[in-house]
Amino acid sequence: MSKTMKTLAVAASVAAAVTAATTHSASAAGKEKCYGVSLAGKNDCAAGPGTTCAGTSTVDYQGNAWTLVDAGTCADIELPALADGTARTGSLESLDRDLPA
Amino acid sequence: MSVDQTLFRQALLDAAAPVPTGLSDGDGNPAGARFSVYRNNVAVSLTEALETGFPVIAKLLGEQNFKAIAGLFLRQSPPDVPVMMFYGAKFPDFLSEFEPIKHIGYLGDVAEIELALRRSYHAEDAAPVAADALGQIAPEHLPNVVMKLAPSVEVIPSPWPIYDIWAFNTIEGHPKPQAQAQDVIVVRAEFDPEPHPLPPGGATFTTAIAKGATLGDAAERATETAEDFDLGAALGLLLSHGALTSITLEDTA
Amino acid sequence: MMFDVSENRSGLPHKPGVGYKPQHFSDILENPGSVGWLEIHAENYMGMGGRPLAQLRHLAERFPISVHGVGLSIGGEGPLDPEHLARLKNLVSWLKPTVFSEHLAWSTHDGSYFNDLLPLPYTNDTITRVADHIDQLQEVIGRQMMLENPSSYLSFDESTWSETDFLCEVAKRTGCGLLLDVNNVFVSATNLGYDPRDYIADYPLDKVGEIHLGGHDEDEDDHGKPLLIDSHGAEIVDPVWALLDHTLSLSGSRPLLIEWDNDVPDWPILSAEADRGADALHKVLS
Repeated sequence: MSKTMKTLAVAASVAAAVTAATTHSASAAGKEKCYGVSLAGKNDCAAGPGTTCAGTSTVDYQGNAWTLVDAGTCADIELPALADGTARTGSLESLDRDLPA
Repeated sequence: MSVDQTLFRQALLDAAAPVPTGLSDGDGNPAGARFSVYRNNVAVSLTEALETGFPVIAKLLGEQNFKAIAGLFLRQSPPDVPVMMFYGAKFPDFLSEFEPIKHIGYLGDVAEIELALRRSYHAEDAAPVAADALGQIAPEHLPNVVMKLAPSVEVIPSPWPIYDIWAFNTIEGHPKPQAQAQDVIVVRAEFDPEPHPLPPGGATFTTAIAKGATLGDAAERATETAEDFDLGAALGLLLSHGALTSITLEDTA
Repeated sequence: MMFDVSENRSGLPHKPGVGYKPQHFSDILENPGSVGWLEIHAENYMGMGGRPLAQLRHLAERFPISVHGVGLSIGGEGPLDPEHLARLKNLVSWLKPTVFSEHLAWSTHDGSYFNDLLPLPYTNDTITRVADHIDQLQEVIGRQMMLENPSSYLSFDESTWSETDFLCEVAKRTGCGLLLDVNNVFVSATNLGYDPRDYIADYPLDKVGEIHLGGHDEDEDDHGKPLLIDSHGAEIVDPVWALLDHTLSLSGSRPLLIEWDNDVPDWPILSAEADRGADALHKVLS
């Protein structure tokens, strides 16, 4: 690409982006700017785990053998063949695993 | 009979190991199941920490599978820092390499989104530039502009439809993912990080900007990766979510 | 450097405080009720920015803040983690909390952190180690800390000190203050079969700058004996409130913290627990 062409292409894209962004921001400016409240539905999940100085009475069942059950939403996701030709479904069926003792 | 912390720790992480002798209840009986309180505290709290940090992975795998896999991971990679918000950085790699789920190729990249959201949430605050700041620069100088990304910006490239997989499990009514590659950007206007799918070439563009390339060079590199790279769309995404914190003109002399 | 603890007042108001949870942010500001101060866990405010730090800065303008560390591993056999000490120093430097406290426990070994407060044998070796670590921490953060008594589920045969003598000795050697968790006393006394009032009688109450209260779960051990678990996941039970009354009658009023970490309730329930704490404090003031 010539330098002039590059300048023109960049300038046109920037103009479009700026228009889009300023329009978007105008509507975003109405959003509650309170750091106390996360936006609806997000509920601070993104914070990740916090600490505790307490114990738990929940029991951990660490088994030596377990079977993966077909229970999660990955079973609903079917992605047809990718480049390597393998079908990619999320199924967990019949996956047994014995842990080394 | 002394129970040192090396011995305590071995029994702590391995429920099949005998409880160290030298630990008792108040009446001089061996501690027995009382030791399990500590075992449970460690394993359950770390499993819950992973569930909190990786809610989409937990949904994809199902609760029972997730707990079993988390139990293996936490024993292999307990936290190396006592700050739980950072725990799980090695989980995406573990998911990608763990034999029984290796065939679900997208798990690691989806976990990377969840980690990126968390890093973004705790990232340093930075004031964004005004959305029209680029409009103030003369068109002929635009290709020489150098921009800084907010510390809360994260880019996750993937050959899988990871945005749609994330959204399918997070946003009610989001359609089922279709076979396509999706790169994701995490942006954080104010305090709530959000993932967005990047247009083709967008990851190359954003990564080049992050490394200090000029706007012109970054756009050119992105076009080399994806012929249909849309600079306007990529820039619009950054500008409208407060992802740019400075715009300067590189000395072109 | 020695820290003078002849003054037992920690600087926190002798009112109820609560362990701060982000979901209560707006409620606390709008309707604090009897709550006069807040406690945060140091490790939850070690990010670089974002909402957690913004909220904390805001709360610190309105309430005295107590920083409660949960991850330093003061009883650890290895050296204290210099990076973690630096994080604590940074937090204490910018926040300037009213007090700082940590636990008599270990949680890190060989570079792995177990996210639990693990128990210690009460021996001369442990006293030396704990005292050295507290000296180091107080030096780094440039202020006195308070050390909290643990909840015990078992005891070490090798222990040669009682827990109360152990804490007293550590406080004497380092000049640190003490944090008395009355629920932990109740839990440990039940689990190890002693009278919690004997423990309180032996505790150096003049060194106590803060009292903790929380809920526990009930379980049983292999022999069918009660095994209480310090879960901070329920209301404080009446016998623990009674033990608090007994303690306050000996110590006089103290800053009193309600801890609720698991299954955190809506604000009105936590606020009601704080009100009950205010009543308990009122009894010893009048």
